Amino acid sequence: MSLDICWPIGIMFSLVGAMLAVFGLVTRASEEMYKRSLDININLWWGLALLVFGGFMLFNAWKNSKKVK
Amino acid sequence: MTSVSLGWMDYAIMLIYVGAVLGIGQALRKYMKSSNDFFLSGRSIPAWVTGLAFISANLGALELVGMAASGAKYGMMTCHFYWIGAILAMTFLAVFMMPFYYGSKARSVPEYLNMRFDGRVRCLNSITFAVMTVFASGISMNALAKLLHSLLGWNYHMSLWICSGVVLLYVLKGGLTSAIYTEVLQFFMIVLGFSPVVYLGLKDVGGWSALKEKLAWVAQNPASIGVGDKPFLADAWTGAWSPMLRGASANPMGVDIFAMVFGLGFVLAFGYWCTNFLVVQRAMAAKDMSAARRTPLIGAIPKMLIPALVILPGMIAAGLAFSGKDGYRLPPRPIAESAYEKIVPAVRHAAAAGLTGEAAVQEVAKAAGVKMMPTKVDEIVKAAPTLNDADIKSRVQNAVVENDYDGVILSLIKRYCPTGLLGLALTALLASFMSGMAGNVTAFNTIWTYDLYQAYIGKNKGDSHYMWMGRVATVAGILISIACAYFAAMYNNAMDVIQLVFGFVNAPLFATFLLGMFWKRITATGAFIGLLLGTATSGVFHALTLATGNAPGVKGGYLGVVQYFPSEMAQNFWLASFAFLTCLVLTTVISLATKQNRTDEELTGLVYSLTPKIQSAHEPWHLRPGVIAVILLVVCLGLNIIFF
Repeated sequence: MSLDICWPIGIMFSLVGAMLAVFGLVTRASEEMYKRSLDININLWWGLALLVFGGFMLFNAWKNSKKVK
Repeated sequence: MTSVSLGWMDYAIMLIYVGAVLGIGQALRKYMKSSNDFFLSGRSIPAWVTGLAFISANLGALELVGMAASGAKYGMMTCHFYWIGAILAMTFLAVFMMPFYYGSKARSVPEYLNMRFDGRVRCLNSITFAVMTVFASGISMNALAKLLHSLLGWNYHMSLWICSGVVLLYVLKGGLTSAIYTEVLQFFMIVLGFSPVVYLGLKDVGGWSALKEKLAWVAQNPASIGVGDKPFLADAWTGAWSPMLRGASANPMGVDIFAMVFGLGFVLAFGYWCTNFLVVQRAMAAKDMSAARRTPLIGAIPKMLIPALVILPGMIAAGLAFSGKDGYRLPPRPIAESAYEKIVPAVRHAAAAGLTGEAAVQEVAKAAGVKMMPTKVDEIVKAAPTLNDADIKSRVQNAVVENDYDGVILSLIKRYCPTGLLGLALTALLASFMSGMAGNVTAFNTIWTYDLYQAYIGKNKGDSHYMWMGRVATVAGILISIACAYFAAMYNNAMDVIQLVFGFVNAPLFATFLLGMFWKRITATGAFIGLLLGTATSGVFHALTLATGNAPGVKGGYLGVVQYFPSEMAQNFWLASFAFLTCLVLTTVISLATKQNRTDEELTGLVYSLTPKIQSAHEPWHLRPGVIAVILLVVCLGLNIIFF
């Protein structure tokens, strides 16, 4: 087995998720911006969801790498 | 199309994605030691990865755009492209066909044909397939560059060359593995990028039952949102089977049950999923026979559920347009930039002359060359003295009656996504365009190197030579794709013609495989002539039939119309059925009339009756292909009953 695909997926989604969540926190006061998403701070919540997914992938990758060794 | 402006956050997400795919290519580079690694990923990939790549290779951006469009236009019946039009064929591939593809150690689908029949069949299949892949990736890159141009204002040529350049870089470095990994990444991008949009859309429209109510009104009054003139019964947009059971004229798709079940569900679906090297290549890269057989089965699970992400948005758009919430309408068909030079003066003239009602509408519609909504045109003309040219432009655009269905998915993304989420959703779209190109190019370089170059031009060369040739073919494939993109941009109906040819080629193919795999009596001559004439039958059928409402020409009927169909889709499905049956009958008859020069020993491992059955009894039940296939079919049946 070459590169475990869980690494790139995990890294990318954790990074994007963290960025979105922080961006959502910073912009949480902007009612104008979140009127589109029906007054839900979608960046914050979805960023957190992506972070969880990315973390899960990283956990898998870490577990697999331990198994190989 | 109105443009959107992206924030730095959106660009950052796009850049992270591009960084990720280039990083994957870079990291895989050191594993590319032989041509086997480059073209077949060294047959080492776990089943869940090949399984997701298997459906992701088919989930191109044009598919995303097209399915949302059909969701708005035809409603729930569009789901058949995912259910009856895929699941059966995918389980058949896994249970019955994969043992031959994987077990024969063929490196490509045409190579299997060479083993089973002879070089003629391989040559015919590999040439048509190679041409199709570069055109397919060209069409999709053209669509991408056009989208980036109209939506974000990027330069068309720059967008085309930069996106192709990124694909080139990572495919050159990581070969098929790069393509498969980015397809899996794309799969998650699409699921995670589109679900919030669907969630917000569904919430906005008031939930599933409210959407069903609205669509019932749409079905009874389709003209209200410009999706047709003829009213249907209330369930036409929300039932998958019930509108079809009442006949072709009782559903918006214009398809009868035979065309759907036999034409799409059997001929087209099996022809695509069981014989198309683009998807089969993913399964061939799996690490062992068991993983290869589980590849299509694992892919089938998300395949059944994807309609919720790609078709539901179209239905939501139709529902929203009906209630006209916040002035939402299905995106209007864009007016050519050059037409505005006539339209703006026409509006000003009508205003100055004090025209109202019918006269004003006629004047403006004549300048625009399209049908306009009378009430909206009236308002524009009345307000014209206070409007500047840009306002007139956008308001006239909005008054066009005809819908641009391909813009449906973008209209929802624009409506619901604030900066941030917008970047994620657009990157998902970008990802599916680029991985579509990568998939086509990796299939192209394999077919070229193994089935054309090694077979006819450079025989008996060393492995490193073929690997070098694979890299050359990758560059060439991308350059030809770019040329095809320009070709598609130049001729408006280039895309129609190309898709037509895909249909011609795809339709009879499954007959050849079905007979060849399950009947040892089928001869090479029979298969070759049957396939050739089957394809020719598609062409003749197309030339003699027409869908109601189309003019003879590229849509068919140019040799005289013998038969009319209620819709283009019905014409397609019937065409496929005819070509399939022709190929089936001719291949059988010619095979029986010619001598079989292959011995039973030569055909072992290639034909069902001569191949020892794979024993899977020792495997736990949840890994046995037959058991998984039955479970999948039951779940699929359940979905069909729920949304009957």
